[in-house]
Amino acid sequence: MRTGLQKWSLWLGAAAFLALPLASWAQLSTDQLKAWESAPSAVSHVGNVTGHAKDAAADYRRYCVGCHGELGDGNGEVAQWLNPPTWPKPRNFQLGIFKCRSTPSGTLPTDEDLFDTIARGMDRSAMPQWSTFTKQERVDLVAWVKHFSPRWANEKPGDPIKIPPEPEVTPERIKAGRDVFARVQCWKCHGVQGMANGPSASTLTDDLGAPIAAFNFTEGSRPKCGDTDQDIYRIFMTGLDGTPMPSFADNIKPEEAWDLVFYLRTFMHQPSKEKQMAKQLNLKPVDPNAPPPSGQQ
Amino acid sequence: MRSRYKFAAVLSAVVLLCSGALLLNPKVSAAGEGKITGTVKLDGTAPHMKGIDMSKDPYCVKANATPVHLENVVVGSGGGLEHVVLYISDGLTGGALTAVPSDEPVFDQRNCMYTPHVLAMDANQKFKVTTSDQTTHNIHPNPNPMTGNIPWNQSQPPGASPVEKSWKATEWIPVQCNIHPWMHGWFAVVKGPYATTDDSGNYTINNVPPGSYTVTAWQEDLGTQTAKATVAAGAAGSANFTFKAK
Repeated sequence: MRTGLQKWSLWLGAAAFLALPLASWAQLSTDQLKAWESAPSAVSHVGNVTGHAKDAAADYRRYCVGCHGELGDGNGEVAQWLNPPTWPKPRNFQLGIFKCRSTPSGTLPTDEDLFDTIARGMDRSAMPQWSTFTKQERVDLVAWVKHFSPRWANEKPGDPIKIPPEPEVTPERIKAGRDVFARVQCWKCHGVQGMANGPSASTLTDDLGAPIAAFNFTEGSRPKCGDTDQDIYRIFMTGLDGTPMPSFADNIKPEEAWDLVFYLRTFMHQPSKEKQMAKQLNLKPVDPNAPPPSGQQ
Repeated sequence: MRSRYKFAAVLSAVVLLCSGALLLNPKVSAAGEGKITGTVKLDGTAPHMKGIDMSKDPYCVKANATPVHLENVVVGSGGGLEHVVLYISDGLTGGALTAVPSDEPVFDQRNCMYTPHVLAMDANQKFKVTTSDQTTHNIHPNPNPMTGNIPWNQSQPPGASPVEKSWKATEWIPVQCNIHPWMHGWFAVVKGPYATTDDSGNYTINNVPPGSYTVTAWQEDLGTQTAKATVAAGAAGSANFTFKAK
């Protein structure tokens, strides 16, 4: 039998042990929260909802800080265990460079773009879908993400690219899309069958020098920035900043861009009208050794 | 009647001012004709530059009849260092510092290499990226966005029209092609007049008004060096540099 004193000291020890991390957490977060609240009042607007950075501090602290870090530099505790290309490193918010944008390469994304990314998550990365947040919470988080980079104080987001209405899919359009695929040489990285096995695929690196994989259209996962036809259109017309994927806006006309979207659909695992048509056309992959159509725009 | 005289007076004043400006103008451009010349050399054995394996892209292999090497340190005749950027890091004031040249330097993608390997330019000066190749390149500069220079990434398939851009801040900006990973070059963004060395290591910085200056030489692998130069009216300044081989 233990004495009363022994029992008490045991309880005290256990309580102290439990309280220690809590105390240090509380102290750090109080300081940090103060700094955060005095930070420039970053706001965001999505639809008719206005987000305020300071309202997202607690959510960021609880759900995001593990990967994206206290300072938003992508150096959270978990970051060291994320190894590219299988697990891309968390985004460094201080740089203000984002993959999924509706705006031209080299410009800031819109608030909607960031909002969509939080909700959608990032396929083939550690970033989950944050569908548990309310719309207000997500809009607040957008403001929070923006407050890390001085770029938002000095620059405006780019003008979203204009996407013409989607035309009807026809076999002619799919064939025309194949010609675009051959002309701008998407296959150099993505491969002639969209299997991410083009000649340049193995040496791709991102802006930080980490290895990165080209998108494999055939394995059934979603494109990184969403899987609607508009999302795919946007990817190659804006580029994925920070990655090897460039913008083709200067070299693919809007109507050709739709043709290319339809052709890319034929690679995808999911059944589609495009896939059926390609089958009926008996469409062969492009020939990587064919001389490129010279001087053509 | 009166107003007619007034008009004549104003008109003659304008004519006088204009002709005065014209008369003064040659003096200004005479001041702009000053220059700093010199040579940049490498002291020691030139480092081995790796050969480039272009077998990823048969077009690139065919385009280069002789083997191609990396261009980080290129040494020409007499130990002259090519692709060194020279600019005036101290002593420039007023228009000589802030004037932005109107010509547009060209960075060409030719035979799956960058020509030139290092493109110097003034902050806010427009420059062009062109392609002479029958293969798709992506032109992907990677500056530090904290400087105000924002990274971008654009494709240039065969026959693509030039990409016209400029940089806001001074910075050594690496540029690469992700499709052809050996393609690596630099945008050297400086403030004020600049020059890059030719294949013998010679350079001339033009449009330098008379005065005393600090000239800085930058080489991507060997770092920076500074030297003093004085430009007198009608006499070019001179500054020579020697980088020690690593």
